[in-house]
Amino acid sequence: MKRIVTGAHYGLRDWLAQRVTAVIMTIFVLCLAGTLLVSPLPDYPAWKSLLGNQWMRIAFFLFLIGLFWHAWIGIRNILMDYVHATGIRLALQIGVIVSLLFYTVWSAEILWALGSA
Amino acid sequence: MRFSIYRFDPDKDDRPYMQDYDIVPEPADRMLLDALIRIKSVDDSLSLRRSCREGVCGSDGMNINGRNGLACITPLVGLREPVELRPLPGLPVIRDLIVDMTQFFRQYHSIKPYLINNDPPPETERLQSPADRAALDGLYECILCACCSTACPSFWWNPDKFVGPAGLLQAYRFLADSRDQATAERLDNLEDPYRLFRCHSIMNCVDACPKGLNPTGAIGKIKDMMVRRTV
Repeated sequence: MKRIVTGAHYGLRDWLAQRVTAVIMTIFVLCLAGTLLVSPLPDYPAWKSLLGNQWMRIAFFLFLIGLFWHAWIGIRNILMDYVHATGIRLALQIGVIVSLLFYTVWSAEILWALGSA
Repeated sequence: MRFSIYRFDPDKDDRPYMQDYDIVPEPADRMLLDALIRIKSVDDSLSLRRSCREGVCGSDGMNINGRNGLACITPLVGLREPVELRPLPGLPVIRDLIVDMTQFFRQYHSIKPYLINNDPPPETERLQSPADRAALDGLYECILCACCSTACPSFWWNPDKFVGPAGLLQAYRFLADSRDQATAERLDNLEDPYRLFRCHSIMNCVDACPKGLNPTGAIGKIKDMMVRRTV
Protein backbone atom coordinates (compact mmCIF):
# COMPACT_ATOMS: atom_id res chain seq x y z
CA MET A 1 0.00 0.00 0.00
CA LYS A 2 1.17 3.50 -0.78
CA ARG A 3 1.83 5.28 2.50
CA ILE A 4 -0.15 8.49 2.93
CA VAL A 5 1.99 11.22 4.42
CA THR A 6 0.18 13.95 6.35
CA GLY A 7 1.07 16.01 9.40
CA ALA A 8 2.42 19.32 8.08
CA HIS A 9 1.63 21.44 11.11
CA TYR A 10 0.60 24.67 9.40
CA GLY A 11 -3.12 23.98 9.03
CA LEU A 12 -4.23 26.10 11.97
CA ARG A 13 -1.83 28.97 11.28
CA ASP A 14 -3.11 29.43 7.73
CA TRP A 15 -6.75 29.00 8.70
CA LEU A 16 -6.38 31.65 11.40
CA ALA A 17 -4.42 34.00 9.13
CA GLN A 18 -7.17 33.74 6.51
CA ARG A 19 -9.77 34.79 9.06
CA VAL A 20 -7.67 37.59 10.55
CA THR A 21 -6.88 39.06 7.12
CA ALA A 22 -10.59 38.84 6.24
CA VAL A 23 -11.48 40.88 9.32
CA ILE A 24 -8.75 43.47 8.58
CA MET A 25 -9.90 43.82 4.97
CA THR A 26 -13.54 44.17 6.02
CA ILE A 27 -12.72 46.93 8.52
CA PHE A 28 -10.59 48.77 5.97
CA VAL A 29 -13.18 48.54 3.21
CA LEU A 30 -15.98 49.71 5.53
CA CYS A 31 -13.87 52.66 6.75
CA LEU A 32 -12.93 53.59 3.20
CA ALA A 33 -16.53 53.29 1.99
CA GLY A 34 -17.70 55.42 4.91
CA THR A 35 -15.09 58.08 4.15
CA LEU A 36 -16.04 58.12 0.46
CA LEU A 37 -19.72 58.48 1.35
CA VAL A 38 -19.00 61.49 3.56
CA SER A 39 -16.49 63.15 1.25
CA PRO A 40 -16.42 61.65 -2.25
CA LEU A 41 -13.20 61.72 -4.22
CA PRO A 42 -14.37 62.73 -7.69
CA ASP A 43 -11.10 62.91 -9.59
CA TYR A 44 -7.47 61.88 -9.82
CA PRO A 45 -6.04 64.89 -7.93
CA ALA A 46 -8.42 64.17 -5.02
CA TRP A 47 -7.21 60.55 -4.82
CA LYS A 48 -3.65 61.76 -5.17
CA SER A 49 -4.00 64.13 -2.24
CA LEU A 50 -5.61 61.37 -0.13
CA LEU A 51 -2.63 59.11 -0.82
CA GLY A 52 -0.24 61.98 -0.18
CA ASN A 53 -0.85 61.23 3.49
CA GLN A 54 1.82 58.76 4.66
CA TRP A 55 -0.57 56.99 7.08
CA MET A 56 -3.14 56.54 4.35
CA ARG A 57 -0.47 54.95 2.11
CA ILE A 58 0.53 52.60 4.92
CA ALA A 59 -3.10 51.66 5.58
CA PHE A 60 -3.66 50.96 1.88
CA PHE A 61 -0.48 48.91 1.72
CA LEU A 62 -1.42 46.86 4.79
CA PHE A 63 -4.82 46.21 3.23
CA LEU A 64 -3.16 44.98 0.04
CA ILE A 65 -0.74 42.76 1.98
CA GLY A 66 -3.75 41.29 3.79
CA LEU A 67 -5.47 40.76 0.46
CA PHE A 68 -2.46 39.01 -1.10
CA TRP A 69 -1.90 36.83 1.97
CA HIS A 70 -5.60 35.92 2.03
CA ALA A 71 -5.48 35.16 -1.69
CA TRP A 72 -2.43 32.91 -1.24
CA ILE A 73 -4.17 30.77 1.38
CA GLY A 74 -7.38 30.59 -0.64
CA ILE A 75 -5.68 29.71 -3.91
CA ARG A 76 -3.51 27.10 -2.21
CA ASN A 77 -6.70 25.61 -0.73
CA ILE A 78 -8.16 25.33 -4.22
CA LEU A 79 -4.95 23.76 -5.55
CA MET A 80 -4.90 21.27 -2.65
CA ASP A 81 -8.51 20.33 -3.34
CA TYR A 82 -8.29 19.89 -7.07
CA VAL A 83 -4.67 19.45 -8.25
CA HIS A 84 -3.45 16.06 -7.08
CA ALA A 85 -0.14 15.68 -8.91
CA THR A 86 2.44 16.97 -6.42
CA GLY A 87 4.82 18.34 -9.07
CA ILE A 88 2.14 20.34 -10.85
CA ARG A 89 0.76 21.58 -7.54
CA LEU A 90 4.19 22.77 -6.42
CA ALA A 91 4.79 24.51 -9.75
CA LEU A 92 1.40 26.27 -9.57
CA GLN A 93 2.00 27.28 -5.96
CA ILE A 94 5.39 28.75 -6.84
CA GLY A 95 3.72 30.63 -9.70
CA VAL A 96 1.13 32.05 -7.30
CA ILE A 97 3.76 33.05 -4.71
CA VAL A 98 5.92 34.79 -7.31
CA SER A 99 2.91 36.65 -8.75
CA LEU A 100 1.70 37.78 -5.33
CA LEU A 101 5.19 38.96 -4.31
CA PHE A 102 5.39 40.85 -7.59
CA TYR A 103 1.99 42.46 -6.93
CA THR A 104 3.12 43.45 -3.42
CA VAL A 105 6.20 45.26 -4.67
CA TRP A 106 4.29 46.75 -7.59
CA SER A 107 1.48 48.10 -5.38
CA ALA A 108 4.04 49.65 -3.00
CA GLU A 109 5.71 51.28 -5.95
CA ILE A 110 2.38 52.67 -7.23
CA LEU A 111 1.26 53.93 -3.81
CA TRP A 112 4.51 55.71 -3.00
CA ALA A 113 4.95 57.09 -6.49
CA LEU A 114 1.42 58.52 -6.28
CA GLY A 115 2.07 60.02 -2.89
CA SER A 116 5.43 61.61 -3.60
CA ALA A 117 5.09 62.99 -7.11
CA MET B 1 -44.57 3.08 -7.42
CA ARG B 2 -41.73 3.57 -9.86
CA PHE B 3 -38.07 3.19 -8.90
CA SER B 4 -34.95 3.81 -10.94
CA ILE B 5 -32.05 1.95 -9.39
CA TYR B 6 -28.31 2.01 -10.12
CA ARG B 7 -27.16 -1.43 -11.22
CA PHE B 8 -23.61 -2.63 -11.64
CA ASP B 9 -22.22 -6.13 -11.44
CA PRO B 10 -18.48 -6.04 -12.18
CA ASP B 11 -18.57 -9.69 -13.28
CA LYS B 12 -21.15 -9.04 -16.00
CA ASP B 13 -21.43 -5.32 -16.76
CA ASP B 14 -18.96 -3.10 -18.57
CA ARG B 15 -20.53 0.01 -17.12
CA PRO B 16 -23.26 0.90 -14.61
CA TYR B 17 -26.83 1.47 -15.79
CA MET B 18 -30.15 2.52 -14.27
CA GLN B 19 -32.90 -0.10 -14.08
CA ASP B 20 -36.58 0.75 -13.63
CA TYR B 21 -38.85 -1.22 -11.31
CA ASP B 22 -42.59 -0.82 -10.82
CA ILE B 23 -44.02 -2.21 -7.62
CA VAL B 24 -47.24 -1.78 -5.67
CA PRO B 25 -46.39 -1.21 -2.01
CA GLU B 26 -48.41 -3.19 0.54
CA PRO B 27 -50.10 -1.20 3.33
CA ALA B 28 -47.38 -2.34 5.74
CA ASP B 29 -44.63 -0.93 3.47
CA ARG B 30 -43.86 2.38 5.14
CA MET B 31 -40.19 2.95 4.51
CA LEU B 32 -38.01 2.88 1.43
CA LEU B 33 -36.28 -0.25 2.70
CA ASP B 34 -39.62 -2.11 2.75
CA ALA B 35 -40.04 -1.27 -0.94
CA LEU B 36 -36.47 -2.36 -1.70
CA ILE B 37 -37.06 -5.72 -0.01
CA ARG B 38 -40.22 -6.07 -2.09
CA ILE B 39 -38.22 -5.30 -5.24
CA LYS B 40 -35.64 -7.87 -4.17
CA SER B 41 -38.39 -10.49 -3.89
CA VAL B 42 -39.08 -9.85 -7.60
CA ASP B 43 -35.45 -9.50 -8.72
CA ASP B 44 -33.08 -11.18 -6.30
CA SER B 45 -30.03 -10.02 -8.25
CA LEU B 46 -30.40 -6.53 -6.75
CA SER B 47 -27.76 -6.13 -4.04
CA LEU B 48 -27.90 -3.85 -1.02
CA ARG B 49 -26.78 -3.85 2.59
CA ARG B 50 -29.30 -3.69 5.39
CA SER B 51 -29.53 -5.09 8.86
CA CYS B 52 -31.42 -3.51 11.75
CA ARG B 53 -34.07 -1.79 9.56
CA GLU B 54 -34.56 0.96 12.17
CA GLY B 55 -31.78 3.50 11.65
CA VAL B 56 -29.35 2.11 14.21
CA CYS B 57 -26.85 -0.03 12.32
CA GLY B 58 -26.13 2.39 9.46
CA SER B 59 -25.91 -0.32 6.79
CA ASP B 60 -28.39 0.95 4.21
CA GLY B 61 -26.96 4.38 3.50
CA MET B 62 -27.61 5.29 -0.13
CA ASN B 63 -28.24 8.24 -2.40
CA ILE B 64 -32.01 8.76 -2.52
CA ASN B 65 -33.25 11.23 -5.15
CA GLY B 66 -29.89 12.98 -4.96
CA ARG B 67 -29.57 13.08 -1.16
CA ASN B 68 -27.73 10.66 1.07
CA GLY B 69 -29.88 8.93 3.66
CA LEU B 70 -30.85 5.64 5.26
CA ALA B 71 -33.45 3.66 3.31
CA CYS B 72 -34.91 2.18 6.51
CA ILE B 73 -35.93 5.54 8.00
CA THR B 74 -36.90 7.31 4.77
CA PRO B 75 -40.70 7.24 4.46
CA LEU B 76 -42.07 6.19 1.07
CA VAL B 77 -44.70 8.90 1.36
CA GLY B 78 -43.34 12.10 -0.10
CA LEU B 79 -40.64 10.56 -2.30
CA ARG B 80 -40.60 12.03 -5.79
CA GLU B 81 -41.15 9.42 -8.51
CA PRO B 82 -39.36 7.71 -10.09
CA VAL B 83 -37.39 7.26 -6.90
CA GLU B 84 -33.78 7.41 -8.04
CA LEU B 85 -31.48 5.25 -5.94
CA ARG B 86 -27.71 5.26 -6.31
CA PRO B 87 -24.83 4.05 -4.14
CA LEU B 88 -23.21 6.55 -1.77
CA PRO B 89 -21.17 8.92 -3.97
CA GLY B 90 -17.39 8.98 -4.00
CA LEU B 91 -16.69 5.45 -2.80
CA PRO B 92 -15.83 2.53 -5.09
CA VAL B 93 -18.90 0.46 -6.00
CA ILE B 94 -18.67 -3.25 -5.21
CA ARG B 95 -22.04 -4.11 -6.69
CA ASP B 96 -25.33 -2.22 -7.20
CA LEU B 97 -25.96 -0.18 -4.02
CA ILE B 98 -23.02 -1.69 -2.09
CA VAL B 99 -19.90 0.47 -1.76
CA ASP B 100 -16.41 -0.30 -0.51
CA MET B 101 -16.12 1.52 2.85
CA THR B 102 -12.40 0.71 3.39
CA GLN B 103 -11.27 4.32 2.89
CA PHE B 104 -14.01 5.61 5.17
CA PHE B 105 -13.07 3.27 8.01
CA ARG B 106 -9.36 3.84 7.50
CA GLN B 107 -9.96 7.52 8.21
CA TYR B 108 -12.16 6.63 11.18
CA HIS B 109 -9.41 4.41 12.65
CA SER B 110 -6.81 7.14 12.07
CA ILE B 111 -8.35 9.35 14.77
CA LYS B 112 -7.99 6.57 17.41
CA PRO B 113 -11.70 6.14 18.13
CA TYR B 114 -11.29 4.85 21.66
CA LEU B 115 -10.68 6.26 25.12
CA ILE B 116 -6.99 6.79 25.90
CA ASN B 117 -6.40 6.86 29.65
CA ASN B 118 -3.15 5.70 31.20
CA ASP B 119 -4.27 5.80 34.82
CA PRO B 120 -4.72 2.38 36.44
CA PRO B 121 -8.36 1.33 36.02
CA PRO B 122 -10.38 2.12 39.14
CA GLU B 123 -12.28 -0.62 40.98
CA THR B 124 -15.55 0.56 39.43
CA GLU B 125 -16.14 2.59 36.27
CA ARG B 126 -14.35 5.82 35.37
CA LEU B 127 -17.12 8.12 36.52
CA GLN B 128 -18.22 11.35 34.84
CA SER B 129 -20.27 14.23 36.20
CA PRO B 130 -23.64 14.67 34.51
CA ALA B 131 -22.29 17.86 32.90
CA ASP B 132 -19.22 16.04 31.50
CA ARG B 133 -21.46 13.30 30.19
CA ALA B 134 -23.77 15.88 28.59
CA ALA B 135 -20.79 17.20 26.60
CA LEU B 136 -20.91 13.97 24.57
CA ASP B 137 -24.52 14.43 23.48
CA GLY B 138 -24.77 14.96 19.74
CA LEU B 139 -21.44 13.15 19.27
CA TYR B 140 -21.79 9.58 20.53
CA GLU B 141 -24.99 8.97 18.52
CA CYS B 142 -23.08 8.67 15.22
CA ILE B 143 -23.69 5.27 13.61
CA LEU B 144 -20.93 5.57 10.95
CA CYS B 145 -23.33 5.15 8.02
CA ALA B 146 -21.04 7.39 5.90
CA CYS B 147 -23.93 9.51 4.60
CA CYS B 148 -22.07 12.68 5.69
CA SER B 149 -18.56 11.90 4.48
CA THR B 150 -19.81 10.76 1.08
CA ALA B 151 -21.80 14.01 0.74
CA CYS B 152 -18.63 16.05 1.33
CA PRO B 153 -16.74 17.31 -1.75
CA SER B 154 -13.55 17.66 0.29
CA PHE B 155 -13.81 13.93 1.07
CA TRP B 156 -14.48 13.17 -2.60
CA TRP B 157 -11.33 15.01 -3.68
CA ASN B 158 -8.99 13.84 -0.90
CA PRO B 159 -10.42 10.69 0.73
CA ASP B 160 -6.91 9.46 1.49
CA LYS B 161 -5.85 12.61 3.37
CA PHE B 162 -8.98 14.36 4.67
CA VAL B 163 -10.50 12.60 7.68
CA GLY B 164 -14.03 13.55 6.62
CA PRO B 165 -16.97 14.74 8.72
CA ALA B 166 -17.77 11.35 10.31
CA GLY B 167 -14.19 10.80 11.46
CA LEU B 168 -13.88 14.38 12.71
CA LEU B 169 -17.14 14.17 14.64
CA GLN B 170 -15.72 11.07 16.35
CA ALA B 171 -12.38 12.84 16.89
CA TYR B 172 -14.21 15.55 18.78
CA ARG B 173 -16.25 12.96 20.67
CA PHE B 174 -12.97 11.79 22.29
CA LEU B 175 -11.51 15.30 22.61
CA ALA B 176 -14.65 16.27 24.52
CA ASP B 177 -14.55 13.23 26.80
CA SER B 178 -13.52 14.16 30.35
CA ARG B 179 -11.97 10.69 30.82
CA ASP B 180 -9.62 10.95 27.83
CA GLN B 181 -6.00 11.97 28.45
CA ALA B 182 -4.69 12.23 24.88
CA THR B 183 -6.01 15.69 23.99
CA ALA B 184 -2.62 17.05 22.89
CA GLU B 185 -1.81 14.01 20.74
CA ARG B 186 -5.26 14.07 19.18
CA LEU B 187 -4.92 17.76 18.28
CA ASP B 188 -1.39 17.15 16.92
CA ASN B 189 -2.80 14.36 14.80
CA LEU B 190 -5.33 16.73 13.22
CA GLU B 191 -3.31 19.94 12.93
CA ASP B 192 -2.63 19.45 9.29
CA PRO B 193 -3.72 21.33 6.17
CA TYR B 194 -5.32 18.14 4.87
CA ARG B 195 -6.63 16.05 7.76
CA LEU B 196 -8.83 18.74 9.34
CA PHE B 197 -8.47 21.90 7.32
CA ARG B 198 -9.84 20.57 4.01
CA CYS B 199 -13.19 21.29 5.68
CA HIS B 200 -14.52 24.56 4.24
CA SER B 201 -17.69 24.46 6.35
CA ILE B 202 -20.17 23.99 3.51
CA MET B 203 -22.33 21.86 5.86
CA ASN B 204 -23.35 19.16 3.37
CA CYS B 205 -22.65 16.75 6.24
CA VAL B 206 -25.21 18.43 8.49
CA ASP B 207 -27.74 18.36 5.67
CA ALA B 208 -27.14 14.65 5.03
CA CYS B 209 -26.89 13.24 8.56
CA PRO B 210 -29.88 10.91 9.11
CA LYS B 211 -29.36 11.16 12.87
CA GLY B 212 -29.58 14.97 12.87
CA LEU B 213 -26.00 15.43 14.11
CA ASN B 214 -23.75 18.41 13.38
CA PRO B 215 -20.25 17.41 12.20
CA THR B 216 -19.51 20.99 11.07
CA GLY B 217 -20.17 22.17 14.62
CA ALA B 218 -17.81 19.51 16.00
CA ILE B 219 -15.13 20.53 13.47
CA GLY B 220 -15.57 24.15 14.58
CA LYS B 221 -15.01 23.08 18.18
CA ILE B 222 -11.81 21.21 17.25
CA LYS B 223 -10.55 24.38 15.53
CA ASP B 224 -11.57 26.31 18.62
CA MET B 225 -9.47 24.00 20.85
CA MET B 226 -6.51 24.42 18.50
CA VAL B 227 -6.79 28.20 18.57
CA ARG B 228 -7.01 28.20 22.37
CA ARG B 229 -3.89 26.08 22.77
CA THR B 230 -1.90 28.08 20.19
CA VAL B 231 -2.86 31.71 20.68
